[in-house]
Amino acid sequence: MIEFLLNNEHVSIEHARADLTVLNYLREHRKMHGTKEGCASGDCGACTVVVAEPKPDNTLTYYSLNSCVTFLSAIHGKQLITVEHLGTTKNMHPVQQAMVDKHGSQCGFCTPGFIMSMFALYHQTETNRTLERHEINTALSGNLCRCTGYKPIINAAMEACGQIPNDQFTAQTSATVKRLQAIRAKSSGGTEKLLLPNTRQALQQAIQANPQAKLVAGSTDLALEHTQQLKPLDTLISLSHLPSLSRIEVTDDKLIIGSACSLSRVQGSLIEYFPSLNEIIERFASLPIRNQATLGGNIANASPIGDMPPVLLALNATVVVDNGKAYRAIAIDEFFTGYRQTKLAPDEWIDSIQIPLPTLSQMVKVYKVSKRFEDDISAVCAAFSICLDSKGCVLELSTGFGGVAATPVQCSHLKEALVGKLWANKQVLDETKSILENAFTPIDDVRASAQYRTTVVANLWHRFWLETNHATQAIETRVINHA
Amino acid sequence: MRKLLEQTGSTPTIKHESQEVGKSTQHESAQRQVCGSARYVDDMPEPANTKYAAIGISRATCGTISAINLEKVKASLGVIDVITAKDVPGHVDIAPVFDGDPVLADGEIKFSGQAVFAVLADSMINARRAALLGDIQLIETTPILDVDTALSHSSFVRPTHDMIAGNAGQALAAAENRISGQLSVGGQEHVYLEGQVSLAIPEEEDRMHIYTSSQHPSEVQKLVAEVLDVKLNRVVVDMRRMGGGFGGKETQAAQWACIAALLARRNNCAVKIRLPRQLDMIATGKRHPFENDYEVGFDDKGRIQCAKITVNGNCGHSADLSDAIVDRAMFHADNAYFLGESHIQGHRLKTNIVSHTAYRGFGGPQGMIMAEAIMDAIARKTGQDPLTTRLNNLYDNAERNTTPYGMKVENNILPDILEKLSQSSEYWQRREAITTFNQENPILKKGLALTPVKFGISFTAKHLNQAGALVHVYTDGSIQANHGGTEMGQGLHTKIAQITANEFGVSIDDVEVTSTRTDKVPNTSPTAASSGTDLNGKAVQNACIKIKQALAEFYASQCKAEPTEVVFTNNKVCLGEHSIPFVELVQQAYMNRVSLSANGFYKTPKIHYDRNTGKGRPFFYFAYGASVSEVTIDTLSGEYAVNRVDILHDVGASINPAIDKGQIEGGFIQGMGWLTSEDLRWNEKGHLTSNNLATYKIPAIGDTPEIFNVDLYDRPNAEDSIYHSKAVGEPPFMLAISVWCAIKDAISSLSDYQIDPQLDTPATPERVLQAVTTITQGTSND
Repeated sequence: MIEFLLNNEHVSIEHARADLTVLNYLREHRKMHGTKEGCASGDCGACTVVVAEPKPDNTLTYYSLNSCVTFLSAIHGKQLITVEHLGTTKNMHPVQQAMVDKHGSQCGFCTPGFIMSMFALYHQTETNRTLERHEINTALSGNLCRCTGYKPIINAAMEACGQIPNDQFTAQTSATVKRLQAIRAKSSGGTEKLLLPNTRQALQQAIQANPQAKLVAGSTDLALEHTQQLKPLDTLISLSHLPSLSRIEVTDDKLIIGSACSLSRVQGSLIEYFPSLNEIIERFASLPIRNQATLGGNIANASPIGDMPPVLLALNATVVVDNGKAYRAIAIDEFFTGYRQTKLAPDEWIDSIQIPLPTLSQMVKVYKVSKRFEDDISAVCAAFSICLDSKGCVLELSTGFGGVAATPVQCSHLKEALVGKLWANKQVLDETKSILENAFTPIDDVRASAQYRTTVVANLWHRFWLETNHATQAIETRVINHA
Repeated sequence: MRKLLEQTGSTPTIKHESQEVGKSTQHESAQRQVCGSARYVDDMPEPANTKYAAIGISRATCGTISAINLEKVKASLGVIDVITAKDVPGHVDIAPVFDGDPVLADGEIKFSGQAVFAVLADSMINARRAALLGDIQLIETTPILDVDTALSHSSFVRPTHDMIAGNAGQALAAAENRISGQLSVGGQEHVYLEGQVSLAIPEEEDRMHIYTSSQHPSEVQKLVAEVLDVKLNRVVVDMRRMGGGFGGKETQAAQWACIAALLARRNNCAVKIRLPRQLDMIATGKRHPFENDYEVGFDDKGRIQCAKITVNGNCGHSADLSDAIVDRAMFHADNAYFLGESHIQGHRLKTNIVSHTAYRGFGGPQGMIMAEAIMDAIARKTGQDPLTTRLNNLYDNAERNTTPYGMKVENNILPDILEKLSQSSEYWQRREAITTFNQENPILKKGLALTPVKFGISFTAKHLNQAGALVHVYTDGSIQANHGGTEMGQGLHTKIAQITANEFGVSIDDVEVTSTRTDKVPNTSPTAASSGTDLNGKAVQNACIKIKQALAEFYASQCKAEPTEVVFTNNKVCLGEHSIPFVELVQQAYMNRVSLSANGFYKTPKIHYDRNTGKGRPFFYFAYGASVSEVTIDTLSGEYAVNRVDILHDVGASINPAIDKGQIEGGFIQGMGWLTSEDLRWNEKGHLTSNNLATYKIPAIGDTPEIFNVDLYDRPNAEDSIYHSKAVGEPPFMLAISVWCAIKDAISSLSDYQIDPQLDTPATPERVLQAVTTITQGTSND
């Protein structure tokens, strides 16, 4: 059984196709047409809905999702909130009223999605204050509007969000939490075709019993097989209901992130230790995708242009995999074996990712270059981590690159050429730049030419050199300043 | 009495008092849009017997079809029917103007992605899955994929056209200074958020009712009738709203309506077709890519004496609207500048890609960018600031005021707009600050540019400049207005409601603007060419005046006075000392058998163009504007940011300032996308590779500049347009050329402004870095 609250209605689903998306459930099964399909690939945000989930303190956390790439497994035990439930034309929600007042809708097709993203932002505000433009950009990074140029939408978000929330939802918080906890208290969920194991053993058995079934966590990539390639996904096993896969722990020397943690959750922990990673995470797809997509999924997909693998390569992370009986640790630089191939065995899943905590002298920068800042796939992604000794000579260097080879890769030559050298020496830069210019043989594709990728990888190294020598250089290097 | 009917608004004898016009009234659907209750075609309740259609396309690019095997398609789960071109009872060709657009491929494949067959199934996904199973055999031929190849093969969809003033060749030979260049101008995918969709509902016998997302319901009606081989009066097309159009639903919505209608007729069931995004991007036309070049002669002050400009539009496999689109590129190759002796030539190249179509600006942007490229080139050559060069070359109101096509530029307000904008944006102060910044920063460079827009308003196909309306007053005083224009988000219905309310002196809450229906107003023009409010506003006003006339005569007879003194204001009708609530007069009029319904009509005056001579007055008037953009580029990666934009734009006397600003801001950002991140790519086989929203990037929220000042230039239109407003849909799109020029300005700083960098569009980070590399290596294109 999949159980959730659809707005205020308790819904139990016993039989449904495993690949039924939340969007198709709403539009086709429930004839709720407020939520729109613009692309069915998580790129436009017209289908944005909000999910509310109980927090340990018995309040609710609200976050946006792209319903077009979400399966029902993701909303089990949660409240699914759609635009129809926010308000009526006679009694609008503050975010709806602000959009009307600021002339934020033209053709109106993207509007419900914007309303839902703004509604999530409305509920994330904890004190009364004026929001920064940056916060609005982040909250609405997954919503495309082709008509307005966004200015009135930004104005509406400024107007409506940034105050302590006070709406029908806050008034019903405790009742909603109780209803959701009642669902969650039941021993297990899922259907015959959509399995929601909540222990290691149950997951192992599910895989054994359904060897053809795909594992699904965030589904933001897997769902495309269904929505874009029209492939049926008959049976799915969700990784989202095992508490252990959603853990984040810190030991003396490492950060351990469960594979099913959403990137939005990962962001909070990761930037505590590596503040400079905020930029790459904020440029990782869009907020609704990050709310859903998982760190484990981004690694298991082994895309040559995934944004997190280069970071994890530079941070010397370890991937811990599990088959229900034993764990095994694989260094990240050995994990990727070919184009979209990994060392993961058919009966294994990724348990967690372990990242060594930073040392005092470690400097980490990650650069992504794409045609658009928000929600675009890298032409090139480059991650650099360097440690200097007290004299400014290089002790350690590790790197990770995306978009330059069939898998995410390191450049070990760079380290060999650099260790022991004085980092501030411009000649060192010039020498090592040519190493990078010859390190890879990237391809030409729709995102960039091989030539551009090659040049930019070397130039990003130059940027890294400038930025990590900033005490002496004081050179501006970025067209967008990252808060 | 009769003369009153001929009044068209500028000085109506039966007065209205301006209450609703000029106000920033909210969009008529805003509340329903934010609540999710505004219905689009895919949201409408479906008739009980609705089935779903999908199309099967050719993956090959060009050749003759030798066999189509559809057995697997027919055997696929849930399939009800499969059709090809031979199953079309009427016309197969659904081309809008010139032949060449079969509803389903008719023996030949002209481009990769062409629809070959259509499937009907019991669900959308079953139809789409079945559509993948077709086996289309082709005797393949070598495709022509680019402008150069098409030129060398003399592959044209329409004949070349010339606009000639004087003898440019001779003048160029004698010119003091000469400069030449070329520019590759990218196309653009519309990315209307609502994809193409139609619902066809068969009615009695051979009648058909169509719901569609189309800018041109009358054409959909005609084409559906023609493919079904029935009379036009058997087909009704109903269009409430589009989730964006931008030109992409002017001609290219019809094919899907026709396919739905064909399947609906054969199977006697309602049929819905909705293209998934990727197929929508593959199977429908886009803004035309152009390959243009120029040669200009100019004096030592940088003033143009003569010019030859050639624009080469890549039209795709058929003419569609390309004749008029390339014409418009030619009409705007001068932008705001007097070219002296000039020769504008436009080629319409036929290639084996999707047939390109209307897109906001309709070729104008691809022509206008040439004028701005020329300004930058002259500025770098003469060492002037580009703004100085632009000011020197503007059309003036005296001698230098005739376009290459012989139209006088009257009431030219651009000199004043540029003066005001350069002051309000502090152009010259910022120029100094930027020079300093660039001297101090080795990696980042800033650029600044102010560019004007002069855009001609009217369809260049004269017959399209007409509109009809139908207005009803009901006995409770509420009013329904219907007209031939379509609502795609631009606020047309809102402005029409304002006009109607204003005419009757009532509140806008009493006015309902209904869906666009071919049975209410016949033979309408597409909602395109920025003309929606100009044409339909006048037609609705004309209908309102007729009803007011009847009411005025009735009231005057009651009061024993002259009807010419009647005023409609404040929900009342007043005549001298007499006054009556509007609703009461309406009820009395009804009881006295006075008609409370009227149709209205309008045709644009003054316009003509002779294609044989290349001379005329194709435009009723020009809309003007200017923008200043400031950008920062990163010379390491080619990335850039647009930091600040200031716009001053002319909408005449605004009917709705909020809606007009919305059009300006939205048009600007859309234009910026065209010139920066929106990168259409076809591979060497002619397959579109940027075929989804993961690979084709329109501006996102972070691309809106932090400082974005938009002001309306407050002066009524000198021509007698509706309330002396001006069209606003397309002109602001081209304000974004200032972003492209500012990026070039930043790159040019690397040569101390000696070199005008070659920067084809879209100016992606990759192209910017390429230009940076070229300029720093000391080689330049000129």
